[in-house]
Amino acid sequence: MKEIRIHARAGQGAITTASILGFAYFLEGKFPYAFPNFGAARMGAPMNAFVRVDDKPVRLRSQIYEPDYLLISDATLLRGFNCFKGFKDNGVAIINARHDFGIPEHKSGQKIYLVAANDIAMETIGRPLGNTALLGAYVAATDEIKLDSLIQAIKHRFSGKAVEQNISATQKGYEYIKQCRLSKQSEEKCLAR
Amino acid sequence: MRELLEGSLAVAEAVRLCKPGVISAYPITPQTHIVEELAAIIANGKLRAEFVNVESEHSAASVVLGASAAGTRSFTATSSQGLLLMAEVVFNIAGMRFPVVMTCANRAISAPLNIWNDHQDAITVRDSGWVQLHAENVQEAIDLHIQAYRIAEDPKIMLPVMVNMDGFILTHGLEVVELPEQDQVDKFLPAYKALYRLDVSNPLTFGPLVDPDYYLEARFAVHQTHKDVLKLIPVVKEEFQKIFGRPSGGLVEGYRLDDAEKVIVAMGSVCGTIKDVIDALREKGKKVGLLKIVTYRPLPIDEICQALKNVPRVAVLEKAVSLGSYSPLLSEIRAVFSGKKKSPVISGFVIGLGGRDITIDSIKEVYKRLSAKTISEEYIDLKAELLEESI
Repeated sequence: MKEIRIHARAGQGAITTASILGFAYFLEGKFPYAFPNFGAARMGAPMNAFVRVDDKPVRLRSQIYEPDYLLISDATLLRGFNCFKGFKDNGVAIINARHDFGIPEHKSGQKIYLVAANDIAMETIGRPLGNTALLGAYVAATDEIKLDSLIQAIKHRFSGKAVEQNISATQKGYEYIKQCRLSKQSEEKCLAR
Repeated sequence: MRELLEGSLAVAEAVRLCKPGVISAYPITPQTHIVEELAAIIANGKLRAEFVNVESEHSAASVVLGASAAGTRSFTATSSQGLLLMAEVVFNIAGMRFPVVMTCANRAISAPLNIWNDHQDAITVRDSGWVQLHAENVQEAIDLHIQAYRIAEDPKIMLPVMVNMDGFILTHGLEVVELPEQDQVDKFLPAYKALYRLDVSNPLTFGPLVDPDYYLEARFAVHQTHKDVLKLIPVVKEEFQKIFGRPSGGLVEGYRLDDAEKVIVAMGSVCGTIKDVIDALREKGKKVGLLKIVTYRPLPIDEICQALKNVPRVAVLEKAVSLGSYSPLLSEIRAVFSGKKKSPVISGFVIGLGGRDITIDSIKEVYKRLSAKTISEEYIDLKAELLEESI
């Protein structure tokens, strides 16, 4: 079983992100359970969405306290929130951030990638909606699912020109991490210290 | 067809397959997605039905009452305060014997205002005469809706059915489900033919004033019909399995009860978490099990007694309270064994009110408490420090 926790603010599309990721796993024959947890029910309030995925139907209904993977849609959440709470020792986190700011102390086995997902989104979608770029980065950083499954999930979710825009964002996020992971040296530059 | 669907959308699809003629609802979190989707389904021509927009839940319930009185299969859905606002009509629908099906996306009751999940809403109308079913997962929610119409419209029954699914946990959770085919549903659920209906050429009165000479019998008749529901539900479950190829619904479901020494009794989605904990504890040699109540009204007294009579210790775990007394399900499970020669020692635990997350540790704690010599009536995961705060 793998557990993914998404940190975002209400209105930033965390539920859509979770459902796209869940759908990509579903296309690979897995059994995802994607679900939200709302805080105060208003735009901008911190909230979580989760994906718990297994080879058999998921029965566990609790929130995710020890995530294997973290997706942080809004780096400002790192101030005042411990987004890394319970984060697995060998976990992988992907943060939508241009630069390393205020990343709390973390363990040596944990990989924390910084991806300028909003910049990618501005370039591809024209709005600062970095989620699909983050998902592309997730695929490259975790090797959990195929990029094609994610692209199919995006085609399933979006319509019109948003399809091509989001696929482009996804591919750019994916390529960015692929480049990072070409060598140890290049990877260091992409990881938070 | 296998799909990944949000619980609410899955239920909307299930309702579409049942072909109701009238749907009326007033939006309330966490139920809203169900009727929003159904409104879209009707607007897109995928279901020939009338969607009646109303100004309150009281009216929504009244519309489906009226539609059902006119002989039409009807559907509504609500949650929490919405169900409470409906309450007057909810009792009337059962008293007039209309086979309405309603989804209750279970949510806490104000005050304080809370949009998250517990079972207080459904429990509050448990004595209304409605059949109440509880789904553990999205698949079961789909299946129970289809079964609900079969139960409700059986000529021997003619009672409304409420399908409960945990708010957010199931309504907003995406799961892989097997969506039934239309021909399967058509085979399982024939078109509704009302025994009695409002008809100007053959005038009838429903729900008239009855004096003390008649009221007692009308209430007793509903109570007796609930006994027939207990007989019908296992039959419906079996027929469902024949057509759809999977077991779903029923009165109760036992999980690893053979030789179990400590058993939790629970309803709804928390049963999934409990099953995971049971598997982990069983691997360590602990003899633990679960009795899931699928049908809460009518309460399957004989099945509960049969399943638990040889179990030394039982924990009733519930997401509802009866403030000032024992919690509702605890009282009822204890009553099942009242006067019986063999009875488990029954403790009660209130858990998860207002969406307080129920973790693996919460469930482990319940099994741990069952090892104590004394019985417990406790709230699990209570934050003592919050109780000490003052202005």
